[in-house]
Amino acid sequence: METITKNGVLNIQKLRQDFPLLSKKVKGNPLVYLDSGATAQKPKQVIDAISNYYQTQNANVHRGVHQLSQEITIAYENARGTVQNHLNAALSQEIIFTSGTTESINLIANSFGKKYIKSGDEIIISEMEHHSNILPWQILCEEKGAVLKVIPINEKGELLIDEYKKLLCSKTKIVAVTHVSNTLGTINPVKEIIELAHEKNIPVLIDGAQAVPHLKVDVQALDVDFYCFSGHKLFGPTGVGILYGKEKLLNEMPPYKVGGGTIKTVAFKKTVFADLPLKYEAGTPNIEGGIGLAAAIDYVNEIGIENIGAYECELLEYSTTKLSAVEGLRIIGTAKEKASVISFVIEEVHPLDVGTILDKQGIAVRTGHHCTQPLMEHFNIPGTIRASLAFYNTKEEIDVLVNGIQKAVKMLK
Amino acid sequence: MRIAEIENEIVEEFALFGDDWEGKYDHLIDLGKHLPLIDKQYKTDDRLIKGCQSKVWLHSELKNEKVVFTADSDAIITKGIVALMIRVISGHTVDEIIHAKFEFINKIGLIEHLSPTRSNGLVSMIKQTKLDALAYKHLKS
Repeated sequence: METITKNGVLNIQKLRQDFPLLSKKVKGNPLVYLDSGATAQKPKQVIDAISNYYQTQNANVHRGVHQLSQEITIAYENARGTVQNHLNAALSQEIIFTSGTTESINLIANSFGKKYIKSGDEIIISEMEHHSNILPWQILCEEKGAVLKVIPINEKGELLIDEYKKLLCSKTKIVAVTHVSNTLGTINPVKEIIELAHEKNIPVLIDGAQAVPHLKVDVQALDVDFYCFSGHKLFGPTGVGILYGKEKLLNEMPPYKVGGGTIKTVAFKKTVFADLPLKYEAGTPNIEGGIGLAAAIDYVNEIGIENIGAYECELLEYSTTKLSAVEGLRIIGTAKEKASVISFVIEEVHPLDVGTILDKQGIAVRTGHHCTQPLMEHFNIPGTIRASLAFYNTKEEIDVLVNGIQKAVKMLK
Repeated sequence: MRIAEIENEIVEEFALFGDDWEGKYDHLIDLGKHLPLIDKQYKTDDRLIKGCQSKVWLHSELKNEKVVFTADSDAIITKGIVALMIRVISGHTVDEIIHAKFEFINKIGLIEHLSPTRSNGLVSMIKQTKLDALAYKHLKS
């Protein structure tokens, strides 16, 4: 720990050494990776855990009596325990391994939807949702004849809670809202959103994909019904994600995908499904994903999510000040509560062009609509340039970004 | 000039920049700025090729057995590449257009602009030029 923090401050240069890819050169320049919101880089602790799994532990889980299978089953279930502890879930069976946030939301929309949504019911989402938290609900509404209601936002990119209160009614069957906006960085008041819904006995799903890399999430303190996130944005591998669900709800809902591992007994007349969590985990799971995700969580906890949050807050403030000073640059998303995600547009230049010229300088940002087209429509822009920062980014990198933008603007105008 | 000859001419033009990406992109941006714009009346949704990030408008007309293309884009670098494509294929016969390979894009080091992640509408534009040429061919027969 001595080396991770120095006088209570994170030793970023030391931490960067854990990430092999950060020392890569792109087009002859040191890589400046500002796209962690799309996917975070992986520390060697995660890469080693996955490599070690294939070299010393590989066998199928929950199936064999042989030693390797038993050992990996224990390791995989320990990984579930690591996620449970990280989210402070009451029970390990409330943690379902999925392929990512997208699948977690699809699981709920399909399974919860099948059981509880009827014609004329209402589902509430918000204007700042990622397409992954719009489309499953939209399709469900079309299938069931239900109605999608949308919480609007203000010009800063904050949810209008008073409007949300008006939308909540006896027809509302579920609320699905993002914790942190992937485009705007806004941190939504999810505790309040959940409390308001619960006053009317409405369950709430929170899309935590962009929250878990930055914030401490305690599902019991939030009293959230479903919480979803992806491993790869939390410095873990791709293809693994989590659905946390309250035991009671998960027990009541029907399975989403079925197959090997999801059953107790199968007969052609009647099948009895397995208990949680296996009921929702059909087929051989992404074992390396689970092992890698647990390693990522251990890594984050070693640094301390609060330390990460504090440093990123400082980085966000620095970036906001520096970027705001660029002529013609306008930040999209100026909420009071923000995670380290900064979207912006620049007068008279297209975001794609800026992204292209930044790429030539080794600077990785994301451009476009970020899978939030309704938000782009709200702000009446074709897209934004987005810098999404992680704790391994530095102020020097922000300076490189600002210089890179100035160069791009000079070339493009 | 035949399509292959124009492609070679562009390759030679860009060879002058060597590894100087700034020079190359400055040139591309300049081409974009000077692309003869599509006539306003043709900049309509039915001529819009939607990329995920930038848009391209493409219009074609058959004049004296040759297909004439005009185009526009909302992103300037995309527009520069569009200008090069127009220079290569506009004013050629339908058969020449159908068989055009656009190899110069790779040769001048701009192939990344045709990658799926770029989402700029250029791949769809290439497809559309050929579809237009095919349509004229069928109309004729």
